[in-house]
Amino acid sequence: MDIGSLRTLNAARKNRQAAVLVTDMDAGGSRVILEGEVVAGSLGDHVAAAFRSGKAAAVDVAGRNLFLNVYLPPPRIVVIGAVHISQALARLAPIAGYDLAIIDPRTAFATPERFADVELTADWPEDVLTARPLDAYSALVAVTHDPKIDDFPIADALHKGCFYVGALGSRKTHAKRVARLQEQGLSDAAIARIAAPIGLDIGAATPQEIAVAILAQIVQAYRRRDIVTTE
Amino acid sequence: MSDLDPLDPLQIAEEWRTQGRSVAIATVIDTWGSAPRAAGSHLVIDENGNFEGSVSGGCVEGAVIAEAQEVIGSGEPKMLEFGVADETAWRVGLSCGGTIRVYVERLG
Repeated sequence: MDIGSLRTLNAARKNRQAAVLVTDMDAGGSRVILEGEVVAGSLGDHVAAAFRSGKAAAVDVAGRNLFLNVYLPPPRIVVIGAVHISQALARLAPIAGYDLAIIDPRTAFATPERFADVELTADWPEDVLTARPLDAYSALVAVTHDPKIDDFPIADALHKGCFYVGALGSRKTHAKRVARLQEQGLSDAAIARIAAPIGLDIGAATPQEIAVAILAQIVQAYRRRDIVTTE
Repeated sequence: MSDLDPLDPLQIAEEWRTQGRSVAIATVIDTWGSAPRAAGSHLVIDENGNFEGSVSGGCVEGAVIAEAQEVIGSGEPKMLEFGVADETAWRVGLSCGGTIRVYVERLG
């Protein structure tokens, strides 16, 4: 690989653009293909399959020995609520390789002091998620258990096909939430995708342990999701 | 724009090359049986043997780093194979019983 290709590849990865790197293992050349680019012939079929599966593979194209490496955007966790659980989750997520952003319109909670080095926006989810929309590589974690703040992003995440949607709250709180989402016209199948009570059942008791349970559930949802297809 | 992990091997390779260091990139091409790192995983190495990333669970990195020095010197890529069936496995094989192929190339 030459440094030019590497710079292109790294820039795409920083921009959350999916990319395939094609390396000719006999001749030594390489080429970066961004998602959406048109690639002709059987190489195009292999590249499309690589984007879909997210799996790297060696392929034979017209007698050439090629390696297709796939770089999908890192899954991004969007947390609604700058609460104690979010402080722990913000520290855990980067270790697991997940991007993380926190949104909370309550300025008493969303302070830089409580969230050093975290992408934090003290604004309403309606506004923030319009500027930077959720996508299939996003996980939505709603932890304010205030309907005014949580309901919009939960519904939005279900519409956008986020690979994970989790919501904090007791069974009673969640039952009321389900009723409100049904009133908004969301299907039972969509609502059933919400992980509630949030987090894998590991008996988590402290905010830090609950953050571990949530992150583990996000990893499970990501690794077991349907193969990502591009639209 | 989001930042990549500070330990991201390809980001580190770009930084090293930009600083003028000679760099090799090792990539897992295939795995058979039990193997700790999936195809596509990277280990990057500079001319002084500094490295980041991994191609196994620490079983064969030493051998890859040594081969990378030759690749940096010659500019010729190499395909390495490690596994229990390989004679070298007794020295630097995969204790998990799998086989992997690793492609090592110089970053131009």
